[in-house]
Amino acid sequence: MKSWRIVIGCCLLTATSARVGSLLQQAPSEVADKRNPLQGSDKARRAGAKLYARECAPCHGPKREGIGKAPPLNRADVYRASPGTLYWVLRNGSLHRGMPSFAHLPEPERWEIITFLHEVEETPVAR
Amino acid sequence: MFDSRHLSWWNLLVVTLVVLATPTTWAGEGPFFITYTHQMEEPGNLEVASKDVIGKPGNGNRFLGDATEFEYGVKGWWTTEVYLDGQATGRESALFTGYRWENRFRVISHEHWINPVLYLEFENINGADKSLLEVVNHDGKDDVTGPNSETRSEKKREIEAKLILGSYYRGWTIAENFIAEKNVRHEPYEFGYAVGISRPLALAAKPDRCNFCPENLQMGVELYGGLGTHDAFGFRGTSHYVAPTVAWTLANGTTFQVSPTFGVTDASAHFLLRFCVSYEITQFGRTVERAFRGHGARP
Repeated sequence: MKSWRIVIGCCLLTATSARVGSLLQQAPSEVADKRNPLQGSDKARRAGAKLYARECAPCHGPKREGIGKAPPLNRADVYRASPGTLYWVLRNGSLHRGMPSFAHLPEPERWEIITFLHEVEETPVAR
Repeated sequence: MFDSRHLSWWNLLVVTLVVLATPTTWAGEGPFFITYTHQMEEPGNLEVASKDVIGKPGNGNRFLGDATEFEYGVKGWWTTEVYLDGQATGRESALFTGYRWENRFRVISHEHWINPVLYLEFENINGADKSLLEVVNHDGKDDVTGPNSETRSEKKREIEAKLILGSYYRGWTIAENFIAEKNVRHEPYEFGYAVGISRPLALAAKPDRCNFCPENLQMGVELYGGLGTHDAFGFRGTSHYVAPTVAWTLANGTTFQVSPTFGVTDASAHFLLRFCVSYEITQFGRTVERAFRGHGARP
């Protein structure tokens, strides 16, 4: 009986910590090595700004400041996250946190959004 | 929870104005009319669509079937939709034919090669319904030729389940649906299928806001039809359709779809023309919540 309690307690703890931790931390380590084929492209950054305004800004805010439960994206851990990690988050989302999957966007469009998100300075967002 | 005491014309006006000023996003379900992909509605978003079909069965009158769709993302894993169906038939009448309430549940988080979604629908329509949103059993051209005055008295209360399988591969969207339907009072289990494949004309977005960019155009093809019943399963006597589809999304988020549909068996209607206009309102749920909360907090 006691062992069952321990198992249930561990499961609850794991579930709770998974919800509290950042979505970026859920990405498997092996995806971190994936490179952004559009990195450094000004055209991709501008296309990413357009896509961000269309797909992400309604929840995360036009200046990436975050709205309600949707976290800000203009924070250090997003800038520092590897392209592969951001790609994994965009592709999979988190159904239970309300972050949808953007797998329906073609791969180049997802890389364009990541190129935009990795811009540290404030970039005007196209509307 | 919503408190009905706060409902007033002021609330409705505020909601309407805020919704009109709310940015839209793009409906991403591809150009399909019948086939569902595994993509769910984003939580809080509301998509409004009018799906229409025009046809002229051989010995019947020309008709226009309409299904007005309200699709809402309740959770990341749960999308709900209400359809209001109606039709107009030449030399006969126009009538409301019923409603459908459907729910889609994504059962596995994260993207995989094949992504399953469970679909459950209750429909309460009458025999005059001509929206033709799915084909099961031996549905065919004979179902749309009966006069409205007779077919409208036939009640169809049915439960429908679908297994939706979807994949994305190098810009291609591939979806397969397996359909099982049962009248709640009688009739056997009826089966059908739908498969579709589509792709945007360009995989990368252009930097500028544009209406005619190739990325705004998606093309595909659907194939769907009936598979008989549990005691007469198979293709014999069933109708099947092949339908090229095109979707064009404007920069403001409005999507137009068109699909000429060709019947490929004797039981099928020879030709149907489907078209659809849809518009997605982002974070509709949050907008409504704010409007009602704001008014409720006033002294």
